[in-house]
Amino acid sequence: MKSWIAFWNILKKDIEKYYLKPPNISWGIIFPLSWTLMQLIRSPGKNVLELLPGLIAMSVLFGTTSMLAVTITFERSGRSFERLLLAPISLSTMVLAKIAGTIVFGMFNAFVPVLFASFFINLSGVKWGVLILAVLLIAITSSLMGLLIAVSAEQVFEAQTFSNFFRFPMLFLCGLFIPISSLPVFLRPISYCLPLTYGTDILRGAIIEANTLSPALCFALLLAFSAILFLICRYNINRKWIL
Amino acid sequence: MEMVRVTNLKKKYGDFTAVDDISFDIRKDEIFGFLGPNGAGKTSTINMIIGLSRPTAGDITVDGIDVRKQTKKAQAIMGIVADESNLYNEMDGFDNLCFCAALYGMKKEEREPKARKLLEEFKLTDAGKRPFKAYSKGMRRKLTIAAALIHSPRVLFLDEPTTGIDVESSRHIRNMIVDLKKKGTTIFLTTHYIEEAERICDRIAFIAKGRIVATGTVPELMESIAHGHTIRFITDEINEDIADEVQFCFKESKVSIRSDRSLVMESDNRISLLPVMEFFRDKGIRVYEAQELRPSLEDVFVKLTGIESSTLEETEEKSIGQ
Repeated sequence: MKSWIAFWNILKKDIEKYYLKPPNISWGIIFPLSWTLMQLIRSPGKNVLELLPGLIAMSVLFGTTSMLAVTITFERSGRSFERLLLAPISLSTMVLAKIAGTIVFGMFNAFVPVLFASFFINLSGVKWGVLILAVLLIAITSSLMGLLIAVSAEQVFEAQTFSNFFRFPMLFLCGLFIPISSLPVFLRPISYCLPLTYGTDILRGAIIEANTLSPALCFALLLAFSAILFLICRYNINRKWIL
Repeated sequence: MEMVRVTNLKKKYGDFTAVDDISFDIRKDEIFGFLGPNGAGKTSTINMIIGLSRPTAGDITVDGIDVRKQTKKAQAIMGIVADESNLYNEMDGFDNLCFCAALYGMKKEEREPKARKLLEEFKLTDAGKRPFKAYSKGMRRKLTIAAALIHSPRVLFLDEPTTGIDVESSRHIRNMIVDLKKKGTTIFLTTHYIEEAERICDRIAFIAKGRIVATGTVPELMESIAHGHTIRFITDEINEDIADEVQFCFKESKVSIRSDRSLVMESDNRISLLPVMEFFRDKGIRVYEAQELRPSLEDVFVKLTGIESSTLEETEEKSIGQ
Protein backbone atom coordinates (compact mmCIF):
# COMPACT_ATOMS: atom_id res chain seq x y z
CA MET A 1 0.00 0.00 0.00
CA LYS A 2 2.77 2.46 0.99
CA SER A 3 4.67 1.71 -2.23
CA TRP A 4 1.50 2.23 -4.23
CA ILE A 5 0.93 5.66 -2.60
CA ALA A 6 4.51 6.64 -3.48
CA PHE A 7 4.20 5.23 -7.02
CA TRP A 8 0.93 7.04 -7.71
CA ASN A 9 2.18 10.36 -6.34
CA ILE A 10 5.41 10.27 -8.36
CA LEU A 11 3.38 9.52 -11.50
CA LYS A 12 0.81 12.23 -10.68
CA LYS A 13 3.51 14.79 -9.95
CA ASP A 14 5.35 14.04 -13.23
CA ILE A 15 2.16 14.26 -15.29
CA GLU A 16 1.01 17.50 -13.63
CA LYS A 17 4.35 19.23 -13.43
CA TYR A 18 5.99 18.10 -16.66
CA TYR A 19 3.75 16.41 -19.20
CA LEU A 20 0.65 18.58 -18.81
CA LYS A 21 2.60 21.81 -19.20
CA PRO A 22 1.61 23.78 -22.34
CA PRO A 23 5.05 23.46 -24.05
CA ASN A 24 4.97 19.69 -23.67
CA ILE A 25 1.37 19.34 -24.78
CA SER A 26 2.12 21.43 -27.86
CA TRP A 27 5.26 19.35 -28.46
CA GLY A 28 3.15 16.21 -28.10
CA ILE A 29 0.72 17.48 -30.74
CA ILE A 30 2.85 19.56 -33.08
CA PHE A 31 5.72 17.11 -33.39
CA PRO A 32 3.68 14.06 -34.54
CA LEU A 33 1.54 16.35 -36.67
CA SER A 34 4.63 17.77 -38.40
CA TRP A 35 5.97 14.28 -39.07
CA THR A 36 2.62 13.28 -40.54
CA LEU A 37 2.37 16.36 -42.77
CA MET A 38 5.98 16.01 -43.84
CA GLN A 39 5.41 12.42 -44.92
CA LEU A 40 2.18 13.30 -46.71
CA ILE A 41 3.82 16.15 -48.62
CA ARG A 42 6.92 14.09 -49.43
CA SER A 43 4.95 11.08 -50.72
CA PRO A 44 1.66 12.47 -52.06
CA GLY A 45 0.78 9.36 -54.04
CA LYS A 46 1.42 7.01 -51.16
CA ASN A 47 -1.44 5.60 -49.17
CA VAL A 48 -1.65 7.36 -45.77
CA LEU A 49 -2.33 3.99 -44.19
CA GLU A 50 1.11 2.77 -45.27
CA LEU A 51 2.74 5.76 -43.59
CA LEU A 52 0.87 5.33 -40.32
CA PRO A 53 3.01 2.59 -38.67
CA GLY A 54 6.17 4.63 -39.19
CA LEU A 55 4.55 7.84 -37.97
CA ILE A 56 3.19 6.17 -34.84
CA ALA A 57 6.54 4.55 -34.05
CA MET A 58 8.47 7.79 -34.55
CA SER A 59 6.03 9.79 -32.43
CA VAL A 60 6.31 7.35 -29.52
CA LEU A 61 10.08 7.08 -29.81
CA PHE A 62 10.70 10.83 -29.85
CA GLY A 63 8.08 11.61 -27.21
CA THR A 64 9.27 9.10 -24.66
CA THR A 65 13.07 9.13 -24.97
CA SER A 66 13.50 12.90 -24.83
CA MET A 67 10.93 13.47 -22.09
CA LEU A 68 12.31 10.99 -19.60
CA ALA A 69 15.97 11.75 -20.28
CA VAL A 70 15.39 15.48 -19.92
CA THR A 71 13.09 15.41 -16.86
CA ILE A 72 15.34 13.05 -14.91
CA THR A 73 18.52 14.95 -15.80
CA PHE A 74 16.71 18.15 -14.80
CA GLU A 75 15.69 16.67 -11.43
CA ARG A 76 19.17 15.33 -10.87
CA SER A 77 20.84 18.67 -11.54
CA GLY A 78 18.44 20.31 -9.04
CA ARG A 79 19.09 17.43 -6.64
CA SER A 80 15.36 16.79 -6.17
CA PHE A 81 15.91 13.31 -7.62
CA GLU A 82 17.85 12.51 -4.41
CA ARG A 83 14.48 12.58 -2.61
CA LEU A 84 13.38 9.56 -4.60
CA LEU A 85 16.63 7.71 -3.91
CA LEU A 86 16.28 8.44 -0.19
CA ALA A 87 12.63 7.48 0.04
CA PRO A 88 11.80 4.09 1.55
CA ILE A 89 10.58 2.71 -1.78
CA SER A 90 12.33 0.07 -3.84
CA LEU A 91 14.38 1.08 -6.85
CA SER A 92 11.97 -0.94 -9.03
CA THR A 93 8.96 1.07 -7.78
CA MET A 94 10.82 4.29 -8.43
CA VAL A 95 11.85 3.24 -11.97
CA LEU A 96 8.30 2.09 -12.77
CA ALA A 97 6.80 5.31 -11.45
CA LYS A 98 9.20 7.47 -13.45
CA ILE A 99 8.61 5.60 -16.73
CA ALA A 100 4.83 5.35 -16.23
CA GLY A 101 4.31 9.07 -16.92
CA THR A 102 6.45 8.92 -20.04
CA ILE A 103 4.58 5.85 -21.29
CA VAL A 104 1.28 7.71 -20.96
CA PHE A 105 2.80 10.72 -22.75
CA GLY A 106 4.25 8.48 -25.50
CA MET A 107 0.89 6.81 -26.08
CA PHE A 108 -0.79 10.19 -26.31
CA ASN A 109 1.85 11.15 -28.94
CA ALA A 110 1.18 7.94 -30.86
CA PHE A 111 -2.50 8.67 -31.34
CA VAL A 112 -2.01 12.18 -32.75
CA PRO A 113 -1.12 10.85 -36.26
CA VAL A 114 -3.90 8.26 -35.95
CA LEU A 115 -6.44 10.97 -35.17
CA PHE A 116 -5.09 13.14 -37.98
CA ALA A 117 -5.14 10.24 -40.44
CA SER A 118 -8.73 9.41 -39.48
CA PHE A 119 -9.82 12.59 -41.27
CA PHE A 120 -8.37 11.32 -44.55
CA ILE A 121 -8.78 7.56 -44.51
CA ASN A 122 -10.99 4.77 -43.32
CA LEU A 123 -9.40 3.08 -40.30
CA SER A 124 -12.05 0.41 -39.84
CA GLY A 125 -9.64 -2.37 -40.89
CA VAL A 126 -7.12 -1.56 -38.13
CA LYS A 127 -6.69 -4.18 -35.43
CA TRP A 128 -6.95 -1.75 -32.51
CA GLY A 129 -6.16 -4.20 -29.73
CA VAL A 130 -2.91 -5.26 -31.36
CA LEU A 131 -2.05 -1.65 -32.23
CA ILE A 132 -2.58 -0.38 -28.65
CA LEU A 133 -0.53 -3.25 -27.22
CA ALA A 134 2.26 -2.57 -29.72
CA VAL A 135 2.25 1.16 -28.92
CA LEU A 136 2.37 0.34 -25.21
CA LEU A 137 5.39 -1.95 -25.64
CA ILE A 138 7.20 0.54 -27.90
CA ALA A 139 6.51 3.23 -25.28
CA ILE A 140 7.87 0.99 -22.50
CA THR A 141 11.10 0.09 -24.33
CA SER A 142 11.65 3.66 -25.53
CA SER A 143 11.05 5.08 -22.04
CA LEU A 144 13.55 2.65 -20.59
CA MET A 145 16.05 3.69 -23.25
CA GLY A 146 15.38 7.30 -22.22
CA LEU A 147 16.14 6.30 -18.65
CA LEU A 148 19.38 4.65 -19.74
CA ILE A 149 20.35 7.91 -21.44
CA ALA A 150 19.46 9.86 -18.29
CA VAL A 151 21.78 7.66 -16.22
CA SER A 152 24.66 8.50 -18.57
CA ALA A 153 23.99 12.24 -18.85
CA GLU A 154 24.97 14.91 -16.34
CA GLN A 155 23.32 17.89 -18.01
CA VAL A 156 20.04 18.39 -19.89
CA PHE A 157 21.84 19.24 -23.17
CA GLU A 158 23.88 16.02 -22.84
CA ALA A 159 20.64 14.05 -22.45
CA GLN A 160 19.26 15.63 -25.62
CA THR A 161 22.46 14.93 -27.56
CA PHE A 162 22.62 11.32 -26.37
CA SER A 163 18.94 10.83 -27.24
CA ASN A 164 19.53 11.85 -30.85
CA PHE A 165 22.64 9.71 -31.01
CA PHE A 166 20.40 6.73 -30.28
CA ARG A 167 17.21 7.67 -32.06
CA PHE A 168 18.24 8.60 -35.58
CA PRO A 169 20.32 5.47 -36.33
CA MET A 170 17.50 3.42 -34.81
CA LEU A 171 14.92 4.96 -37.15
CA PHE A 172 16.99 4.07 -40.19
CA LEU A 173 17.86 0.59 -39.03
CA CYS A 174 14.46 -0.60 -37.78
CA GLY A 175 12.96 -0.97 -41.24
CA LEU A 176 10.75 2.11 -41.11
CA PHE A 177 12.23 3.88 -44.10
CA ILE A 178 14.32 1.16 -45.69
CA PRO A 179 13.22 -2.50 -45.50
CA ILE A 180 15.69 -4.52 -43.44
CA SER A 181 16.18 -6.87 -46.40
CA SER A 182 17.53 -3.90 -48.40
CA LEU A 183 20.08 -2.92 -45.75
CA PRO A 184 23.74 -3.96 -46.15
CA VAL A 185 24.26 -7.46 -44.74
CA PHE A 186 26.52 -6.27 -41.90
CA LEU A 187 23.83 -3.86 -40.62
CA ARG A 188 21.01 -6.39 -40.53
CA PRO A 189 22.02 -8.05 -37.21
CA ILE A 190 21.94 -4.59 -35.59
CA SER A 191 18.39 -4.10 -36.88
CA TYR A 192 17.30 -7.29 -35.16
CA CYS A 193 18.79 -6.06 -31.88
CA LEU A 194 16.49 -3.03 -31.84
CA PRO A 195 13.11 -3.23 -30.08
CA LEU A 196 11.68 -0.69 -32.52
CA THR A 197 12.14 -3.21 -35.38
CA TYR A 198 9.64 -5.54 -33.72
CA GLY A 199 7.31 -2.73 -32.67
CA THR A 200 6.99 -1.33 -36.17
CA ASP A 201 6.53 -4.82 -37.59
CA ILE A 202 3.54 -5.40 -35.29
CA LEU A 203 2.16 -1.97 -36.19
CA ARG A 204 2.46 -2.81 -39.91
CA GLY A 205 0.58 -6.02 -39.28
CA ALA A 206 -2.12 -4.26 -37.26
CA ILE A 207 -2.64 -1.44 -39.77
CA ILE A 208 -1.86 -2.79 -43.27
CA GLU A 209 -1.31 -6.50 -42.63
CA ALA A 210 2.23 -6.20 -43.98
CA ASN A 211 4.22 -7.68 -41.11
CA THR A 212 7.27 -9.79 -41.93
CA LEU A 213 7.59 -11.56 -38.57
CA SER A 214 5.13 -13.45 -36.41
CA PRO A 215 3.27 -10.99 -34.09
CA ALA A 216 3.56 -13.47 -31.22
CA LEU A 217 7.35 -13.58 -31.64
CA CYS A 218 7.52 -9.77 -31.84
CA PHE A 219 5.44 -9.37 -28.67
CA ALA A 220 7.60 -11.93 -26.87
CA LEU A 221 10.78 -10.16 -27.98
CA LEU A 222 9.43 -6.74 -26.96
CA LEU A 223 8.54 -8.11 -23.53
CA ALA A 224 12.03 -9.57 -23.26
CA PHE A 225 13.58 -6.22 -24.30
CA SER A 226 11.42 -4.46 -21.68
CA ALA A 227 12.52 -6.82 -18.93
CA ILE A 228 16.21 -6.63 -19.90
CA LEU A 229 16.19 -2.84 -20.24
CA PHE A 230 14.38 -2.53 -16.89
CA LEU A 231 17.02 -4.64 -15.17
CA ILE A 232 19.87 -2.71 -16.83
CA CYS A 233 18.29 0.61 -15.80
CA ARG A 234 17.89 -0.56 -12.21
CA TYR A 235 21.46 -1.86 -12.13
CA ASN A 236 22.86 1.34 -13.63
CA ILE A 237 20.95 3.59 -11.23
CA ASN A 238 22.15 1.51 -8.31
CA ARG A 239 25.74 1.57 -9.55
CA LYS A 240 25.97 5.15 -10.80
CA TRP A 241 23.70 7.16 -8.54
CA ILE A 242 24.33 5.42 -5.22
CA LEU A 243 28.07 5.96 -5.20
CA MET B 1 21.11 3.61 24.19
CA GLU B 2 22.59 4.28 20.75
CA MET B 3 20.37 5.44 17.90
CA VAL B 4 23.21 5.46 15.37
CA ARG B 5 26.31 3.31 15.54
CA VAL B 6 29.14 3.75 13.07
CA THR B 7 32.00 1.28 13.21
CA ASN B 8 35.29 1.49 11.28
CA LEU B 9 33.64 3.35 8.44
CA LYS B 10 35.77 4.02 5.41
CA LYS B 11 35.13 5.63 2.04
CA LYS B 12 37.63 5.74 -0.79
CA TYR B 13 37.20 7.42 -4.18
CA GLY B 14 39.97 5.82 -6.21
CA ASP B 15 43.20 6.59 -4.32
CA PHE B 16 41.61 9.36 -2.29
CA THR B 17 40.37 8.43 1.17
CA ALA B 18 37.45 10.70 2.07
CA VAL B 19 36.56 8.92 5.32
CA ASP B 20 39.27 7.02 7.09
CA ASP B 21 38.19 4.32 9.52
CA ILE B 22 35.90 6.34 11.78
CA SER B 23 33.73 5.05 14.62
CA PHE B 24 31.19 6.88 16.75
CA ASP B 25 27.80 6.45 18.43
CA ILE B 26 24.88 8.82 18.60
CA ARG B 27 22.72 8.34 21.66
CA LYS B 28 18.94 8.48 21.59
CA ASP B 29 17.49 11.99 21.96
CA GLU B 30 20.79 13.82 21.72
CA ILE B 31 22.12 16.42 19.30
CA PHE B 32 25.39 15.10 17.94
CA GLY B 33 27.54 17.60 16.10
CA PHE B 34 30.04 16.73 13.42
CA LEU B 35 32.43 19.64 13.16
CA GLY B 36 35.08 20.10 10.54
CA PRO B 37 36.16 22.27 7.62
CA ASN B 38 34.92 21.76 4.06
CA GLY B 39 36.37 18.59 2.57
CA ALA B 40 36.90 16.99 5.99
CA GLY B 41 34.56 14.10 5.19
CA LYS B 42 31.35 15.30 6.84
CA THR B 43 29.06 14.95 3.82
CA SER B 44 30.69 11.67 2.76
CA THR B 45 29.96 10.28 6.22
CA ILE B 46 26.36 11.47 6.28
CA ASN B 47 25.76 10.13 2.75
CA MET B 48 26.93 6.67 3.81
CA ILE B 49 24.70 6.70 6.89
CA ILE B 50 21.60 7.74 4.93
CA GLY B 51 22.23 5.19 2.18
CA LEU B 52 23.13 7.58 -0.64
CA SER B 53 26.67 6.30 -0.84
CA ARG B 54 28.22 2.87 -0.32
CA PRO B 55 30.93 2.51 2.33
CA THR B 56 34.23 0.99 1.21
CA ALA B 57 34.36 -0.71 4.61
CA GLY B 58 32.67 -0.57 7.99
CA ASP B 59 29.25 -0.98 9.54
CA ILE B 60 26.36 1.39 10.19
CA THR B 61 23.25 0.71 12.23
CA VAL B 62 20.35 3.09 12.80
CA ASP B 63 18.03 2.09 15.65
CA GLY B 64 19.45 -1.40 15.35
CA ILE B 65 18.81 -1.64 11.58
CA ASP B 66 21.83 -2.51 9.43
CA VAL B 67 21.87 0.32 6.89
CA ARG B 68 24.01 -1.63 4.40
CA LYS B 69 21.66 -4.61 4.37
CA GLN B 70 18.28 -2.96 4.97
CA THR B 71 18.76 0.50 3.50
CA LYS B 72 15.08 1.16 2.73
CA LYS B 73 13.91 0.01 6.16
CA ALA B 74 16.45 2.33 7.78
CA GLN B 75 15.52 5.24 5.49
CA ALA B 76 11.90 4.94 6.64
CA ILE B 77 12.88 6.16 10.14
CA MET B 78 15.29 8.86 8.97
CA GLY B 79 14.65 12.49 8.13
CA ILE B 80 17.27 13.91 5.82
CA VAL B 81 18.18 17.52 5.13
CA ALA B 82 20.88 17.71 2.46
CA ASP B 83 23.45 20.50 2.35
CA GLU B 84 21.45 22.14 -0.46
CA SER B 85 17.70 22.59 -0.57
CA ASN B 86 16.47 19.80 -2.82
CA LEU B 87 12.74 20.27 -3.11
CA TYR B 88 10.84 20.75 -6.37
CA ASN B 89 11.11 24.30 -7.69
CA GLU B 90 7.99 23.98 -9.80
CA MET B 91 5.80 22.92 -6.84
CA ASP B 92 4.50 25.15 -4.05
CA GLY B 93 5.46 24.70 -0.41
CA PHE B 94 2.34 22.78 0.59
CA ASP B 95 2.51 20.41 -2.40
CA ASN B 96 6.21 19.81 -1.78
CA LEU B 97 5.48 18.71 1.79
CA CYS B 98 2.55 16.52 0.68
CA PHE B 99 4.66 14.93 -2.05
CA CYS B 100 7.47 14.13 0.40
CA ALA B 101 4.90 12.61 2.78
CA ALA B 102 3.53 10.46 -0.04
CA LEU B 103 7.03 9.09 -0.68
CA TYR B 104 6.86 7.70 2.87
CA GLY B 105 3.48 6.14 2.12
CA MET B 106 1.39 8.63 4.09
CA LYS B 107 -2.25 8.81 3.04
CA LYS B 108 -3.85 12.08 1.91
CA GLU B 109 -5.86 12.43 5.12
CA GLU B 110 -2.66 12.13 7.16
CA ARG B 111 -0.27 14.17 5.03
CA GLU B 112 -2.36 17.28 4.39
CA PRO B 113 -3.02 18.20 8.07
CA LYS B 114 0.63 17.40 8.88
CA ALA B 115 1.85 19.63 6.05
CA ARG B 116 -0.36 22.50 7.27
CA LYS B 117 0.90 22.02 10.83
CA LEU B 118 4.53 22.10 9.73
CA LEU B 119 3.99 25.20 7.59
CA GLU B 120 2.54 26.88 10.65
CA GLU B 121 5.36 25.74 12.94
CA PHE B 122 7.95 27.02 10.48
CA LYS B 123 6.05 30.30 9.97
CA LEU B 124 5.55 29.51 6.30
CA THR B 125 1.76 29.35 6.15
CA ASP B 126 1.52 32.49 4.02
CA ALA B 127 4.13 31.11 1.62
CA GLY B 128 2.50 27.69 1.44
CA LYS B 129 0.90 28.31 -1.93
CA ARG B 130 3.91 30.08 -3.43
CA PRO B 131 6.22 28.07 -5.73
CA PHE B 132 9.38 26.86 -4.02
CA LYS B 133 11.54 28.71 -6.56
CA ALA B 134 10.12 32.02 -5.25
CA TYR B 135 11.30 31.31 -1.68
CA SER B 136 14.24 33.14 -0.09
CA LYS B 137 17.26 31.07 0.93
CA GLY B 138 16.17 30.98 4.57
CA MET B 139 12.62 29.96 3.65
CA ARG B 140 13.94 27.25 1.32
CA ARG B 141 16.03 25.87 4.15
CA LYS B 142 13.10 25.89 6.57
CA LEU B 143 10.80 24.13 4.11
CA THR B 144 13.52 21.53 3.42
CA ILE B 145 13.72 20.82 7.15
CA ALA B 146 9.91 20.68 7.37
CA ALA B 147 9.92 18.16 4.50
CA ALA B 148 12.38 16.00 6.42
CA LEU B 149 10.04 16.02 9.43
CA ILE B 150 6.81 15.26 7.58
CA HIS B 151 6.90 11.54 8.44
CA SER B 152 7.97 12.10 12.08
CA PRO B 153 11.42 10.49 11.77
CA ARG B 154 13.15 9.00 14.78
CA VAL B 155 16.49 10.44 13.70
CA LEU B 156 17.12 13.62 11.75
CA PHE B 157 20.26 14.19 9.68
CA LEU B 158 21.07 17.81 9.02
CA ASP B 159 23.95 18.62 6.71
CA GLU B 160 25.10 22.21 7.26
CA PRO B 161 21.56 23.45 8.07
CA THR B 162 22.42 27.11 8.62
CA THR B 163 25.11 27.64 6.00
CA GLY B 164 24.57 30.70 3.85
CA ILE B 165 21.30 31.88 5.37
CA ASP B 166 20.36 35.03 7.25
CA VAL B 167 20.85 35.44 11.00
CA GLU B 168 17.15 35.33 11.87
CA SER B 169 16.51 32.14 9.91
CA SER B 170 19.64 30.53 11.40
CA ARG B 171 18.41 31.40 14.88
CA HIS B 172 14.96 29.99 14.13
CA ILE B 173 16.47 26.77 12.79
CA ARG B 174 18.74 26.36 15.82
CA ASN B 175 15.79 26.87 18.19
CA MET B 176 13.77 24.40 16.18
CA ILE B 177 16.58 21.80 16.41
CA VAL B 178 16.66 22.17 20.19
CA ASP B 179 12.83 21.84 20.35
CA LEU B 180 12.95 18.68 18.24
CA LYS B 181 15.46 17.16 20.61
CA LYS B 182 13.17 17.97 23.53
CA LYS B 183 10.35 16.17 21.71
CA GLY B 184 12.49 13.04 21.41
CA THR B 185 14.13 13.26 17.99
CA THR B 186 17.77 12.23 17.75
CA ILE B 187 19.74 14.74 15.68
CA PHE B 188 22.94 14.36 13.71
CA LEU B 189 24.21 17.73 12.64
CA THR B 190 27.20 18.56 10.49
CA THR B 191 28.49 22.10 10.62
CA HIS B 192 31.60 24.18 10.26
CA TYR B 193 30.29 26.84 12.63
CA ILE B 194 32.09 26.24 15.94
CA GLU B 195 29.75 28.54 17.84
CA GLU B 196 26.67 26.73 16.52
CA ALA B 197 28.04 23.35 17.58
CA GLU B 198 29.02 24.69 21.00
CA ARG B 199 25.60 26.25 21.54
CA ILE B 200 23.27 23.40 20.64
CA CYS B 201 25.14 20.08 20.54
CA ASP B 202 25.18 17.64 23.44
CA ARG B 203 28.26 15.96 22.05
CA ILE B 204 30.64 16.90 19.28
CA ALA B 205 33.06 14.99 17.09
CA PHE B 206 35.87 16.87 15.38
CA ILE B 207 36.63 15.55 11.93
CA ALA B 208 39.64 16.54 9.85
CA LYS B 209 41.06 14.88 6.75
CA GLY B 210 38.56 12.04 7.03
CA ARG B 211 39.46 11.13 10.61
CA ILE B 212 37.74 11.81 13.92
CA VAL B 213 40.27 13.48 16.18
CA ALA B 214 38.11 13.90 19.28
CA THR B 215 34.60 13.19 20.53
CA GLY B 216 32.89 14.39 23.68
CA THR B 217 30.69 16.99 25.34
CA VAL B 218 31.85 20.60 25.13
CA PRO B 219 33.24 20.56 28.72
CA GLU B 220 34.96 17.21 28.07
CA LEU B 221 36.58 18.55 24.91
CA MET B 222 37.70 21.70 26.69
CA GLU B 223 39.02 19.68 29.56
CA SER B 224 41.12 17.65 27.15
CA ILE B 225 43.39 20.62 26.44
CA ALA B 226 42.87 22.67 29.58
CA HIS B 227 45.68 22.58 32.08
CA GLY B 228 46.26 24.69 35.16
CA HIS B 229 44.58 28.00 35.87
CA THR B 230 44.68 31.35 34.08
CA ILE B 231 43.43 34.64 35.55
CA ARG B 232 43.24 37.97 33.74
CA PHE B 233 43.25 41.19 35.78
CA ILE B 234 42.01 44.51 34.50
CA THR B 235 43.45 47.31 36.59
CA ASP B 236 43.75 51.09 36.43
CA GLU B 237 47.52 50.99 36.10
CA ILE B 238 49.81 48.37 34.70
CA ASN B 239 53.37 48.35 33.39
CA GLU B 240 56.40 46.07 33.06
CA ASP B 241 57.73 47.00 36.53
CA ILE B 242 54.46 46.04 38.22
CA ALA B 243 54.37 42.79 36.24
CA ASP B 244 57.94 42.01 37.36
CA GLU B 245 56.95 42.63 40.97
CA VAL B 246 53.91 40.33 40.65
CA GLN B 247 56.16 37.69 39.10
CA PHE B 248 58.63 38.09 41.98
CA CYS B 249 55.90 37.69 44.63
CA PHE B 250 54.05 34.83 42.95
CA LYS B 251 56.83 32.63 41.64
CA GLU B 252 54.53 29.67 40.87
CA SER B 253 52.73 31.70 38.23
CA LYS B 254 53.84 32.95 34.86
CA VAL B 255 52.97 36.62 34.57
CA SER B 256 52.55 38.58 31.36
CA ILE B 257 50.95 41.73 30.01
CA ARG B 258 48.55 41.42 27.11
CA SER B 259 48.17 43.90 24.29
CA ASP B 260 44.94 45.17 25.88
CA ARG B 261 47.06 46.17 28.92
CA SER B 262 45.61 43.48 31.13
CA LEU B 263 47.79 41.37 33.38
CA VAL B 264 47.59 37.61 32.98
CA MET B 265 48.72 35.02 35.53
CA GLU B 266 49.05 31.38 34.45
CA SER B 267 49.79 28.55 36.83
CA ASP B 268 49.73 24.74 36.82
CA ASN B 269 47.86 24.94 40.14
CA ARG B 270 44.83 26.96 41.10
CA ILE B 271 45.66 30.60 41.75
CA SER B 272 44.41 31.98 45.05
CA LEU B 273 42.91 35.39 44.38
CA LEU B 274 43.13 36.96 47.83
CA PRO B 275 46.95 37.35 48.03
CA VAL B 276 47.01 38.84 44.55
CA MET B 277 44.22 41.30 45.39
CA GLU B 278 46.06 42.25 48.61
CA PHE B 279 49.24 42.80 46.59
CA PHE B 280 47.41 45.22 44.28
CA ARG B 281 45.74 46.97 47.22
CA ASP B 282 49.11 47.46 48.93
CA LYS B 283 50.46 48.99 45.72
CA GLY B 284 47.45 51.28 45.49
CA ILE B 285 46.33 49.71 42.22
CA ARG B 286 42.59 49.41 41.64
CA VAL B 287 41.34 46.10 40.24
CA TYR B 288 38.21 46.40 38.12
CA GLU B 289 37.91 42.82 36.99
CA ALA B 290 39.48 39.42 37.66
CA GLN B 291 38.42 36.89 35.07
CA GLU B 292 39.20 33.22 34.77
CA LEU B 293 40.29 32.40 31.20
CA ARG B 294 39.16 29.03 29.81
CA PRO B 295 40.03 27.62 26.40
CA SER B 296 37.24 28.10 23.87
CA LEU B 297 35.94 25.28 21.70
CA GLU B 298 37.78 26.99 18.88
CA ASP B 299 41.07 26.66 20.84
CA VAL B 300 40.29 22.97 21.36
CA PHE B 301 39.56 22.49 17.66
CA VAL B 302 42.77 24.24 16.60
CA LYS B 303 44.84 22.31 19.12
CA LEU B 304 43.38 18.89 18.28
CA THR B 305 43.10 19.18 14.52
CA GLY B 306 46.06 21.38 13.79
CA ILE B 307 43.73 23.35 11.54
CA GLU B 308 43.73 27.09 12.13
CA SER B 309 40.31 28.50 12.93
CA SER B 310 40.85 30.99 10.08
CA THR B 311 40.52 28.00 7.69
CA LEU B 312 37.06 27.36 9.10
CA GLU B 313 36.19 31.03 8.81
CA GLU B 314 37.29 31.00 5.18
CA THR B 315 35.04 28.04 4.44
CA GLU B 316 32.20 29.82 6.24
CA GLU B 317 32.72 32.95 4.16
CA LYS B 318 32.90 30.93 0.96
CA SER B 319 29.71 29.11 1.82
CA ILE B 320 27.91 32.35 2.63
CA GLY B 321 29.24 33.85 -0.59
CA GLN B 322 27.82 30.94 -2.54
